[in-house]
Amino acid sequence: MSAHATVDLVDYDEAVRRYDPVIGIEVHVELGTKTKMFCAAEVEFGGEPNTQVTPVSLGLPGALPVVNGKAVEYAIKIGLALNCQIAESCRFARKNYFYPDVPKNFQTSQYDEPIAFDGYLDVELEDGTIFRVDIERAHMEEDAGKNTHVGGATGRIHGAEYSLVDYNRAGIPLVEIVTRPITGAGERAPEVARAYVQTLRDIFRALDVSEARMERGNVRADVNLSLRATPESPLGTRTETKNVNSFRSIERAVRYEVSRQAAVLDEGGTVIQETRHWHEDTSVTTAGRVKSDAEDYRYFPEPDLVPVAPSRDWVEQIRATLPELPVARRNRLQGEWGYADAEMRDVVNAGALDLIEATVAAGASPAAARKWWMGELARYAKTSDTEIAEIAVTPAQIAQLQALVDSGRINDKLARQVLEGVLAGEGDPEAVVVARGLEVVSDDGALLEAIDAALAAQPDIVEKVRSGNMGPIGAIIGAVMKATKGQADAGRVRELVIERIG
Amino acid sequence: MTNDLTRLSAADLAAHLVSGEVSSVEATQAHLDRIGDVDTAVHAFLHVSTEDALATARDIDSRRAAGEDLHPLAGVPIAVKDVVVTKGLPTTAGSKILEGWIPPYDATLVERIRAAGLPILGKTNMDEFAMGSSTEHSAYGNTHNPWDLDRIPGGSGGGSAAAVAAYEAPLAIGTDTGGSIRQPGAVTGTVGVKPTYGGVSRYGLIAMASSLDQAGPVTRTVLDSALLHELIGGHDPRDSTSINEDLPLLVDAARQGAIGDLRGLRVGVVSELSGEGYQEGVSARFAESLDLLRSLGAEIIEVSCPHFKYALGAYYLIMPSEASSNLAKFDGMRFGLRVEPEDGPVTAERVMSATRGQGFGDEVKRRIILGTYALSAGYYDAYYGSAQKVRTLIQRDFDAAFAQADVLVSPTAPTTAFKFGEKLDDPLAMYLNDVATIPANLAGVPGMSLPNGLSDDGLPVGFQILAPAKADDRLYRVGAALEAALENTWGGPLLAKAPELEVAR
Repeated sequence: MSAHATVDLVDYDEAVRRYDPVIGIEVHVELGTKTKMFCAAEVEFGGEPNTQVTPVSLGLPGALPVVNGKAVEYAIKIGLALNCQIAESCRFARKNYFYPDVPKNFQTSQYDEPIAFDGYLDVELEDGTIFRVDIERAHMEEDAGKNTHVGGATGRIHGAEYSLVDYNRAGIPLVEIVTRPITGAGERAPEVARAYVQTLRDIFRALDVSEARMERGNVRADVNLSLRATPESPLGTRTETKNVNSFRSIERAVRYEVSRQAAVLDEGGTVIQETRHWHEDTSVTTAGRVKSDAEDYRYFPEPDLVPVAPSRDWVEQIRATLPELPVARRNRLQGEWGYADAEMRDVVNAGALDLIEATVAAGASPAAARKWWMGELARYAKTSDTEIAEIAVTPAQIAQLQALVDSGRINDKLARQVLEGVLAGEGDPEAVVVARGLEVVSDDGALLEAIDAALAAQPDIVEKVRSGNMGPIGAIIGAVMKATKGQADAGRVRELVIERIG
Repeated sequence: MTNDLTRLSAADLAAHLVSGEVSSVEATQAHLDRIGDVDTAVHAFLHVSTEDALATARDIDSRRAAGEDLHPLAGVPIAVKDVVVTKGLPTTAGSKILEGWIPPYDATLVERIRAAGLPILGKTNMDEFAMGSSTEHSAYGNTHNPWDLDRIPGGSGGGSAAAVAAYEAPLAIGTDTGGSIRQPGAVTGTVGVKPTYGGVSRYGLIAMASSLDQAGPVTRTVLDSALLHELIGGHDPRDSTSINEDLPLLVDAARQGAIGDLRGLRVGVVSELSGEGYQEGVSARFAESLDLLRSLGAEIIEVSCPHFKYALGAYYLIMPSEASSNLAKFDGMRFGLRVEPEDGPVTAERVMSATRGQGFGDEVKRRIILGTYALSAGYYDAYYGSAQKVRTLIQRDFDAAFAQADVLVSPTAPTTAFKFGEKLDDPLAMYLNDVATIPANLAGVPGMSLPNGLSDDGLPVGFQILAPAKADDRLYRVGAALEAALENTWGGPLLAKAPELEVAR
């Protein structure tokens, strides 16, 4: 916190009491097409630098773009999922600016004719409230290459000795989704911003148009924020915070900008319209380029491409293949399973929705499936630091485990041992039960032997029970369970103990 | 001189190759020798690809010997304008900023030329990035008009036109954004065709103005242009603006036209493209050609295209706007010239600035600045937007004119070849050279220039024929008919009247 420590901040709660925050979010999603937006260069994460290029994506003299039809289909899918109108005809435009990661020194994008426009997205907040975000547009464009600044301490361009450019990413298809100003969120603006991007991420995955991995930069968010005195006041001057690439950061960046702008306004200052950068390490934003002289991108229609005119038939065909979207699916499953709102929310947040659905499909009851995934398995994932979906047990195995419990062949305690065996790679629950000899002991003779030994070892407890004080009976049962390594049915042991003492 | 292989038309040379009288190696070597003899004086070529050409020639000769079915033009050598990228052959577009760049890929039309087995003799000189009407804006020196070495060969494709006129190549490729094939054709006494926009793939043409650029043939005869046009034309999936239809039959049209029967044809004379500003000899030859067409049975009518007077203005907004963006990629970061600033830090921005400052010539900078200004926020509607509206009006003028006439005609250029330096300091005078050719580019319609005589100064004059989009065959029918009638009156091709160049051996 060296260079940024001088910035005054107003306490967040205080700031939102006195100002009304308005947010606007631009989300870029990299489409999961096999090839790039305008050429046949393959798209694969992690390739050797500058191996996934063609004359087109390197911007060599003479090269010409050709639109990737799959990318258009994906853009239409996204537009439809966001309840947008799909343009009958739209054009690409050139956004002109000089930067080494943009091989042609213009980005082929869309300007005044986006492929999708006028939509909305209903976003579910943590308490179950639905917040509607209006979508202005979703348009197609190409990604830039990736700069690596070498030398210097920070990996940033300042102080670097030289920079390397990898054009593998240049030309990967992107869809940029732009909201209208999001008003009415009040103090929940940070949460709305986060939930909006998270919902979009879920939609991209459900549509299968992108891997949508934030950490790989498949989904990138720019957050605009302005403050105004009251919801009736005109919109204030906004800042655009870039590089906000995790859900947590989105929330924190909005909070930070609210606090910072409130401090500026409190002092009678004016917020400068500028691009700011989010710093994950220090959780602050700092000023980047000043945008007031509004960089002039000299947009004009891309003369190398003809208009994209998706036929209405095609749009309807795409609409018909749209999968059930996350919010709808969640609502349907919650109804089917009978989970409480809080339970459902926890399941979703834990990333266990698919797992539970598969477990239920394999025969377990929704309650049992939730008990396993949100209990034992969630703990296991946490302690072993793995994603819950990555742990070495399948929904079918969990269903089988539960079936063993339901049939009485094992009890809950044994079931946990069986699970250990499964996680240790010893096979399906059935196999673990057999291999480890973990079946419940149902032979009364064997149990009576253990009971007699326990009674003989604790005569004082026997006395108490005989005199009508049933409290301490648990100590006897516990000793029996211990002696039988937990393989006894505790209920049957209790019956037999009472019979014996009685 | 008739047994000089360089004097043959491409069609005749091809016939000799097919009959086996001549090998492609002989034909190619004859042209390489001719280049060696005269190109020091003419300077049509920026690069001569001797080895590459002879290797292709040998390959064709052996394939022919093996009885392989070859393209009709197989083995006929060709020159390619340096704005077209050629794998393994230097490509500079006449600019210092691309000096030494060897493209890693071929333009689609070059792929087709190579696949058909035409030896590529080399790359021809041009105004830098095809910006100019005299080839004086080449960063690599002037090309000289074979008719008078003190005069310009036209531009931007002066190199291709001069190469063909000087018998250094029977065929050449040109590109035409505002007249760069047709105007050099007119001032060098050769034939040049700008096809319908989308008729020849632009993939691999270093773009000046994407919505106007077209590649086309540069030859000595109308039939040769038809043969080359059919070879390079047709749909290319790598160019989104390429027309996805078969070309009309151009060679057939040329052969049929040469019979000389134009009965039923309506020829429209564009009244806006004559009169003031047109040299007297140019107007006189034009009138004579109209008489010839009439004698072949054509009906000559006058048509008006009232918006053509705005064409030059619209062109000089649209072309520089697109060029300013197309030329942004030349920044020293990935290919070509890279200049580091003389002092101060070496940042990407400063390298870009130094590279562009040093690598581009004045005319290129002038157009980049014009275009950047025209596209700027606040000016876009007034300049680029208005120019696009004018473009629509010009297209409508063409539609109306083609409702009355099958083809439109005019002089190709208002004057004959001028002397070096005469218009170099007066960009507007230079731009006016293209006043008759520019409307076709703005509307995307095809146009041809063919030689129709000598002006009073003894220099060649060009006759322009324009046809509706996708009706390029009409150019060949009318052009071949007029060519035959003219040669009949001259007793041979016009180029036979050109002075013999001194052979520098």
